[in-house]
Amino acid sequence: MSDREFILEMKNISKSFPGVRALQEVDLKVRPGTVHALMGENGAGKSTLMKCLFGIYAPDEGEIVIDGEPVTFQSARQALGKGISMIHQELLPIPYRSVMENIWLGRYPTVGIGPLQFVDHKRMLADTQKLFADLKIDIDPKTWVVNLSVSKIQSMEISKAVSYHSKIIIMDEPTSSLTEKEVAHLFEIIRRLRAQGVSVLYISHKMEEILQISDEVSIMRDGRLIGTYDAKSLTTDQIISHMVGRSMSQRFPHRTNTPGKTLLYVEKLTSVVPTSFRNISFELRAGEILGVSGLVGAQRTELMEALFGLRGIASGSISLRGRKVGIRKPEDAKHFKMALLTEERRATGIFPILSVADNTLAGNWGSYVQKTGLLNLHKAHVDIERSNSQLTVKTPSTKTLMQNLSGGNQQKVIVGRWLLTEPDILILDEPTRGIDVGAKFEIYTIIADLAARGKSIIMVSSEMPEILGMSDRIMVMCEGRLTGILDGKSATQEDVMRLSTQFM
Amino acid sequence: MSTPAPLKPGIQLSQVREFAAKNAIVLVLLVGIIVTAILQPTFLVPDNLINILMIASIYVIIALGEGPILLTKGVDLSAGRTVGLTACIAASLLQRIDYDSRIFPDLPFMPLVVPIVLAVLAGVAVGLINGGIVSFLKVPPFITTLGSMVIIYGVASLYVDRPPHGALPIGGLRDDFTNISNGAINFTSDIRLPYIIIIAAVVIFLMWLLLNKTRLGKNIYAMGANPDAAEVSGVNPNKTLILVYIIAGALYGLAGALQAARQGSATNNLGFTWELDAIAACVIGGVSTNGGVGTVGGIITGVLIMQVMNNALVVLGVSVYWQQIVKGLIIVAAVGIDIRKYIRKR
Repeated sequence: MSDREFILEMKNISKSFPGVRALQEVDLKVRPGTVHALMGENGAGKSTLMKCLFGIYAPDEGEIVIDGEPVTFQSARQALGKGISMIHQELLPIPYRSVMENIWLGRYPTVGIGPLQFVDHKRMLADTQKLFADLKIDIDPKTWVVNLSVSKIQSMEISKAVSYHSKIIIMDEPTSSLTEKEVAHLFEIIRRLRAQGVSVLYISHKMEEILQISDEVSIMRDGRLIGTYDAKSLTTDQIISHMVGRSMSQRFPHRTNTPGKTLLYVEKLTSVVPTSFRNISFELRAGEILGVSGLVGAQRTELMEALFGLRGIASGSISLRGRKVGIRKPEDAKHFKMALLTEERRATGIFPILSVADNTLAGNWGSYVQKTGLLNLHKAHVDIERSNSQLTVKTPSTKTLMQNLSGGNQQKVIVGRWLLTEPDILILDEPTRGIDVGAKFEIYTIIADLAARGKSIIMVSSEMPEILGMSDRIMVMCEGRLTGILDGKSATQEDVMRLSTQFM
Repeated sequence: MSTPAPLKPGIQLSQVREFAAKNAIVLVLLVGIIVTAILQPTFLVPDNLINILMIASIYVIIALGEGPILLTKGVDLSAGRTVGLTACIAASLLQRIDYDSRIFPDLPFMPLVVPIVLAVLAGVAVGLINGGIVSFLKVPPFITTLGSMVIIYGVASLYVDRPPHGALPIGGLRDDFTNISNGAINFTSDIRLPYIIIIAAVVIFLMWLLLNKTRLGKNIYAMGANPDAAEVSGVNPNKTLILVYIIAGALYGLAGALQAARQGSATNNLGFTWELDAIAACVIGGVSTNGGVGTVGGIITGVLIMQVMNNALVVLGVSVYWQQIVKGLIIVAAVGIDIRKYIRKR
């Protein structure tokens, strides 16, 4: 254990991305042999800060001091060399390799003479067994990783971190997919690490856990560090007010929509995946904007994709205008005049190597087929031009490849694609993710305008101001369950946050 | 992105460079023709050029089947064997009545169109099976068509097998049939327009229409560019894939019949490794094996490059063994040049 007061000091760290100041003058100090929790809303800058520490991003300003020594990392490998390791939110082991090969990947012990070196499996096994014994982890080092549960994989990753003789281990949402029992086991391992003098930087949304495991809590908001507090003296309410206590700085367009008759009625909808959403009931009116809020793991996207026929439903029903409908594939949803703007624009939204024109009409060409079977390309072109000018898409031409447009303009093209299908219900999953501030306002304006024209909008968002600023009603989910529906005018950030963490 | 406007009229170097990058493949073809013509002037004799186009006609039909499959991120290794099978089917039904070793000795005379349609339908059946396995069972196209490639060879061999003689070539084809691939409209003693080139031109036109002017064509590009996004936007992925394989099968069937007619016979070995030539022609012509990128014009250019190269090497008297080496080098070099226009500076 180091005898310094702080094992890690991040001083005055700032980091900007085009259009966003992700971190502003952040000072984070971590004591040796402690569990230090890092909290904040989605987008508060926690992950960016950790990536700066781990050498994935280079901070624009500021200094990182580890055990008294100033460091600058160009890569994760260098960070590992200085005793920092990170257990990622999404674990990325090699599935069809043994546990021990995963742990010692890239630094296998070898035996041999001179340049003739072979992997020393015997020593690798012995080292792994010793590692597991120290941490009281019960995994067969020779089993394939694909056979392990998520919590076992996590234990493996932690052992790997320990094997680097790490002084600081970063854990990003380590409990998001663990059962209660597994969480208890994880905490045992964390306490054992702490007793050995290792510092754990623990990122989580879960209040109870934080208060249970951590010694100190640092809270971030809007890219700034609000403060570092002693965990013993903190309450859940205090954490929430520190996390959300900002004034609304973003502006939203004036909305003139008036919710009308009920259009969509969802009753007791339950996913085929047991850990996903269950027993969800809500209604959506014509001309209404329904915000859907929740933290990572609330299963909001899964619910939306199920409504659109991309995921399976075990039980429950969906009714449109009072009639039950079966939606098994996106084609069906489209037939019922629904549209889905997906969360992952790159993965499931755009066709990067196709033109803006082809992106605008992807999936919609059916309405341009003439009697001859050929497409009416003239009419298509007129519609593409009109859609682009209505949504103010900035592109050199409709022949420009989609990949050359900015995120905001790509998003507008996809919105345009859906509007050309003349939908009644638009499901927008994180419509402003990865879009700069100016373009955000344009997207908000489009949403408000659509609602005013009688379209029903479901807007999933992880950004609190967006939810509060745009919604007529706010539906809040936590761990696959619906925890409440709030009125958009009277709801406060604290209300939403409380419902978002109800089962945590 | 934009180049500064030229201060005085004239062509800027950057424009030349851009033009060269965009049309690199066509330039490769032109340079190949010019160099060969200088070294061996007989290369440009009309008869030789017509001959090149006649051979290219059958290859372009196969490549236009393979191309759309590549556009959907797939690949069809069974193309060559399907051409072989359908060639055998067409040939077996079109042997002269007086030929002494007919496959079906009692077969009556039938109109030309029937066997050709049957060959096309056999190709469609292969495409339906390939497409069905790829789309519904989610077996990767490479594996699916690797399997069907081997199976189709077995089927074709059984079809022509005549125990105890084994698989013999199917010869003695009717003159009206062989005339389809060898006959021509004669203008002068030198200049003629072979029927097979007309057939290829019609196929080219139809495939161009399909890829550029129909809903299916747009969906093919969308599936190749981002299958997940295509599904979300309402494209039916399975239907699109199956149709692509069916169309390809139909084209292989047509090519099989034409090839049997051209060589006046068919064997179970006909078409062996032709799918590799088709894939090579497509990628030379700028079709991306990652899907979503490629044009009919590019595929035609790719086929012509391969055929011009084959012919040029023969005309120039290059050894058969060297021809293989040069062919391989040109495939890699052509794609290496063409891909420059997609590599973005980081």
